[in-house]
Amino acid sequence: MTGNRMDSGEAPESDFGAGFETHEYDVVVIGAGGAGLRAAIAAHDAGAKVAIICKSLLGKAHTVMAEGGIAASMGNVNPDDNWQVHFRDTMRGGKMLNNWRMAQLHAQEASERVLELEEWGALFDRTKDGLISQRDFGGHRFARLAHVGDRTGLEMIRTLQQRAVALGIDVFMECTVTEIFTDGGRVSGAFAYWRETGRFVVFRTPSVVLATGGIGKSYQVTSNSWEYTGDGHALAMRTGASLINMEFVQFHPTGMVWPPSVKGILVTESVRGDGGVLRNSEGKRFMFDYIPDFFKSETADTEEEADRWYDDKQANRRPPELLPRDEVARAINSEIKADRGSPHGGVFLDIASRRDAEFIRRRLPSMYHQFKELADVDITAEPMEVGPTCHYVMGGVEVDADTQRSQVEGLYAAGEVAGGMHGSNRLGGNSLSDLLVFGRRAGHNAAYHAMKTSGSNTRIEDSDVKAAAENALAPFEGEGGENPYTIQKDLQEMMQRLVGIIRKADELTESLTEIEALKERAKHLTVQGHRQYNPGWHLALDLMNTLVVSECIAKAALEREESRGGHTRDDFPGPNAEWATTNLVLTMDGDSVRLKHQPLPEMPAELSALFEEKK
Amino acid sequence: MGYDLKLRVWRGDSDGGDLGDYVVEVQEGEVVLDAIHRLQATQVGDLAVRWNCKAGKCGSCSAEINGRPRLLCMTRLSDFTEDETITITPMRSFPVIRDLVTDVSFNYEKAKQVPAFAPTPRDKDGKRRMQQVDVERGQEFRKCIECFLCQDVCHVVRDHEENKENFAGPRFFLRYAELDMHPLDTNDRRKLAQEAAGIGMCNITKCCTEVCPEGIKITDNAIIPMKERVADRKYDPVVWLGSKIYKRGRTGREEV
Repeated sequence: MTGNRMDSGEAPESDFGAGFETHEYDVVVIGAGGAGLRAAIAAHDAGAKVAIICKSLLGKAHTVMAEGGIAASMGNVNPDDNWQVHFRDTMRGGKMLNNWRMAQLHAQEASERVLELEEWGALFDRTKDGLISQRDFGGHRFARLAHVGDRTGLEMIRTLQQRAVALGIDVFMECTVTEIFTDGGRVSGAFAYWRETGRFVVFRTPSVVLATGGIGKSYQVTSNSWEYTGDGHALAMRTGASLINMEFVQFHPTGMVWPPSVKGILVTESVRGDGGVLRNSEGKRFMFDYIPDFFKSETADTEEEADRWYDDKQANRRPPELLPRDEVARAINSEIKADRGSPHGGVFLDIASRRDAEFIRRRLPSMYHQFKELADVDITAEPMEVGPTCHYVMGGVEVDADTQRSQVEGLYAAGEVAGGMHGSNRLGGNSLSDLLVFGRRAGHNAAYHAMKTSGSNTRIEDSDVKAAAENALAPFEGEGGENPYTIQKDLQEMMQRLVGIIRKADELTESLTEIEALKERAKHLTVQGHRQYNPGWHLALDLMNTLVVSECIAKAALEREESRGGHTRDDFPGPNAEWATTNLVLTMDGDSVRLKHQPLPEMPAELSALFEEKK
Repeated sequence: MGYDLKLRVWRGDSDGGDLGDYVVEVQEGEVVLDAIHRLQATQVGDLAVRWNCKAGKCGSCSAEINGRPRLLCMTRLSDFTEDETITITPMRSFPVIRDLVTDVSFNYEKAKQVPAFAPTPRDKDGKRRMQQVDVERGQEFRKCIECFLCQDVCHVVRDHEENKENFAGPRFFLRYAELDMHPLDTNDRRKLAQEAAGIGMCNITKCCTEVCPEGIKITDNAIIPMKERVADRKYDPVVWLGSKIYKRGRTGREEV
């Protein structure tokens, strides 16, 4: 065993026989992105003994890819900003389907979470008077995103990583959790394997925080990395927790479309925030044709007004390129379908003709670098080609707004894997702040739960450990000849085709039949090689999770007969008042997914008043 | 448009291994990592390789391509001729785990040894103020994606395992320099950079700067200024006298 473990390094005696290493912690955090690291720091600060378990090396999680910034109403650029405005923007962006209490806590606490990062060494870009600079983004009324050029996620993960290391928190790198154990309905531990050796690890713990991110690998074109296979979503369901809002998947409007090898890689919304515009093959700024009634009063309807907005934000309305992501993605999709796309099947994103080269290189250094290196395109001289890419899932584990606890005692979820905060569509910049606000809350509460229940000795049954080990090794037993890489590819193509941006009943029904067939094929996998650092085996295990979450998405999408946010039904265009107050809740029943309707928590009068006065 | 690419990939583990010859179909616009992925998906399902973002932002897919330390995801096939054989080997300065995956824990150990950032208190309104020009120096170093290619190429440790204990390497000289240049930090890490991190062993051959995929000027902007600051502290008689009288090398900073 080499150096992927960052605990004391002693190999403890196992209670489960040879081949099983055992550890004991107050809190186990699964995932080392923004939410996981922030949760671990919070749990540590609350006095708990904490372990972080992550599939990759520390500092490589998908948070590193976040570009634009962290939304927080600090008011450094526009003093009129405050949490109420941020709350209102978030709810409107989510088409009012958000859990109001989560949106409120998020808006109230984000500013302090950003200042805390600075305390731990983050170097944000500054305003003229030395404060943290804030930039404009889609759906946010004021310039609100704290940022570092266009590599804010890297700054955030490095800062949190360095903080966690300084606190001496134990980290199990390249270690994958496949089961969560319960005893009498309460969390009692987790089962994992070291990627490096293939050997098993049992964690005894009363509290588990899921911080595993999203599900992007269910789709063919995605900005997400290989890790995004819905592990936390599936683990939660298998443990008895529920998911909500899984029909809402965010397709970011601007992903790279060419060359094929980079298709889907994100092009930050900051390009538009900093002056970039979208054009079709006829050179037309088409977003003016796609302004929905809901946003008409705050969106410019002429190019002249839109252009004036960058210099005078009080007197002018926002350019339509900065509408929420769902609106822009649908508009681009329509232009491409109407044969007004770019040569490689996208549309043009042009900042070259609108800003000087020095400005572009300073504000968008990593975009400049990315296009130059990967596509041979100089974004200071020519337009980019962009198209929608699967970016984020709004749905996730159903949690208590204040504590982030799931339906299962001892099981918490924070960040993308948790549901509710963003309703049917997330605003850009609200993810990084979500990770910080709810990561911290989950960590605190997980630590509190461990303290409260200490001494109550939940057990992990030998038979549960044995079963978990057998499940993990099952892909080596099969001789069916199915290749896990091929099944994953077939699933991604199918989801892209049948459960993509625009959906309809017959295609969704077909997708469910296809998922059943893929589940059947996945029972007959053959994996080459042995247990030591074997990506084929790892994929075979991750694939089981991806299949479950894909089924959740397709089932919920078929059920919700309206269009709202990140869910667009060709056969039910437009929102529906009845659905406006309904969440779809998914649970696991044996091998299949169950679905029920649940009323949306009702917003108290003092908050709903915020929406009336601004109309 | 597509063609058959000839690849030689090192396969093996800590007990040894060998280069294997493969032919894999590739398309226009692809990078070396695409070829590796196709190989994995169609011919050798258990080929071990690290990767995450596939956009040069996470620094996971470091390896050596024709002997040169590079990111697999940022090396375009169009940099080679179609009949050229591309040879891919794991980073040489770190122990192999399997195939292209190496044990980079050396770096995580060195990271633990850097004393953390310790800021001055906040301003009265609960915020902190710094000027853009002052944060920009540190920002350049914080672009580091921790691909560890600079550590891999550095001749102080590349073939000298014995130097690893006393040498933190270019990535961590960046970190020392970043903290040293941070407008609000209160620690003085110069003694540590000299003694524990071994910045003196660097003889500025600039190999690290050359392989940095982020284009950070590691030698010119971090290592050389850091060496100068260390020298100031050690050899400048005024600074030496000041440190004896005031117990502090520089105003407001505590030696750690």
